[in-house]
Amino acid sequence: MSVNRDQRVDLEVVANLIPPRSRVLDVGSGDGSLLELLRDTKQVDGRGLELSQRGVNECVARGLSVIQGDADTDLEFYPDKGFDFVVLSQTLQATRNPKLVLDELLRIGDRAIVSFPNFGHWRVRASLFFNGRMPVTKDLPYSWYDTPNIHFCAIRDFVNLCDELGATVEKATALDAAGQKIGLSMPWWFWNFFGQQAVFLLRR
Amino acid sequence: MAALRAGKTNNEADNPSSPVLRFGVDQPLKLDAGTLLSPFQIAYQTYGTLNDARSNAILVCHALTGDQHVANTNPVTGKPGWWEVLIGPGKIIDTNRFFVICSNVIGGCLGSTGPASTNPATGRPYGLDLPIITIPDMVRAQQMLVDHFGIEKLFCVLGGSMGGMQVLEWASSYPERVFAALPIATGARHSSQNIAFHEVGRQAVMADPDWHGGKYFDYGKRPEKGLAVARMAAHITYLSEAALHRKFGRNLQDREALTFGFDADFQIESYLRHQGMTFVDRFDANSYLYMTRSMDYFDLAADHGGRLADAFAGTKTRFCLVSFTSDWLFPTEESRTIVHALNAAGASVSFVEIETDRGHDAFLLDEPELFAAINGFIGSAARARGLSA
Repeated sequence: MSVNRDQRVDLEVVANLIPPRSRVLDVGSGDGSLLELLRDTKQVDGRGLELSQRGVNECVARGLSVIQGDADTDLEFYPDKGFDFVVLSQTLQATRNPKLVLDELLRIGDRAIVSFPNFGHWRVRASLFFNGRMPVTKDLPYSWYDTPNIHFCAIRDFVNLCDELGATVEKATALDAAGQKIGLSMPWWFWNFFGQQAVFLLRR
Repeated sequence: MAALRAGKTNNEADNPSSPVLRFGVDQPLKLDAGTLLSPFQIAYQTYGTLNDARSNAILVCHALTGDQHVANTNPVTGKPGWWEVLIGPGKIIDTNRFFVICSNVIGGCLGSTGPASTNPATGRPYGLDLPIITIPDMVRAQQMLVDHFGIEKLFCVLGGSMGGMQVLEWASSYPERVFAALPIATGARHSSQNIAFHEVGRQAVMADPDWHGGKYFDYGKRPEKGLAVARMAAHITYLSEAALHRKFGRNLQDREALTFGFDADFQIESYLRHQGMTFVDRFDANSYLYMTRSMDYFDLAADHGGRLADAFAGTKTRFCLVSFTSDWLFPTEESRTIVHALNAAGASVSFVEIETDRGHDAFLLDEPELFAAINGFIGSAARARGLSA
């Protein structure tokens, strides 16, 4: 939906958080990579919601249960706790109302898994600081005028939002530029500086 | 000539070229109108072989003026089956793999009991003495046909438009008998605009003096003009403004200039007249009234206290819905309403909207994206059902 799938180092991390045979809703399922991975490796009962018609048609042609819809407006049609996990990968920053969307994820799923590009990463900071221009990096390849990413946040911002929504962070992972996990013992500020991507497992 | 044609259609109505399943007075069809239809018969076609587990059956539901000849040459028109692009050996719905059933709906005119069939009480065609037939009535009859084959659970039920309504009715009323449901270009209810279109068509038939209050067969006549006009008006709703313009524009028909008269100057006029004329050769006017009425009466939510989600409560059926961007008879919003209800019911659902300017009729045409979606959906459902490739 918003980030090139070839660069989706977070998919494996997300998949590892999900036990076999779970019921999963993937919000912003793109071309279906995650759902396919989950179906083929974990026999997951997966569903998808995707904004782009092209992505949806691709998913359905691959035999995945995906509908065309908008995370901002269509999550209300899902029943409470209808899924074990609701995944929002690399999509939060592209929603109009991230707070409401996150709230809906926690309502629909027993657990929510959210991954997003960290705007607090040092490259982003350096780009803005030294160039004085909106950052364009490998993970965030868009220019300011054509980006679908309208609500960026840093890892620390996200942690604050979770607090506000009464969500408990069960697990968090930050990936550095090489896609390697950053050590668990590191403090938030360190993650916020060196984490290029973040993956959170939440419940309420 | 008209009487000859009438005779031909009558033959197909009572003694069709298809196999027929006859239900005697001991097995009446319970109708929503509050009466019983008995005796009655269902004409059907099958393709492929039912496997030992009886788990590979696909039921195809036809649209308003369709019939059971989905994948074989139509005995009345001599044309290919109406969904031969999709169904057949080696096709997307592969009859080497699946056992495909398609039956003429009750109220139709190609061999299942309808207004053109002989009423055993009078020895004359039913005409308007046939009770109003509803979509649930049609599905109830199909269920008896499926029972006849000893099939407990259909692998898939699919159809477009009125066929899609039957698919929804199947999935709602007999969820345990439908593994996968594929309603295409349809809605959970007929909109006011669609009822309006149908009413225009019915009034055109009834305004034809040859209709004779529905008893035209007693006069050796058929309301051909009225039925042709009904078909012409309906045909416009199956296309789209863009498709009409692309195909015909303002092109003139076999002439260099306007004739300043009411001949078919324009190609589109000539095309519609042809559509109307060929239609009356193959379809019974009263049956057209019954078919349109069945769609008008369809309202799945109303049958469930106004909440569409309740029509699918607890369903385990896998759904795939398809709509077309230029369909103004069943716009995407109609499918989306069903999708939201299925979401609320926690159902497994896919939904594909296909970009095309070919309008409602796109579901009958060679649409690669439609075929890709059906292929993906059927393929994954077959894996889940344990059907080998």
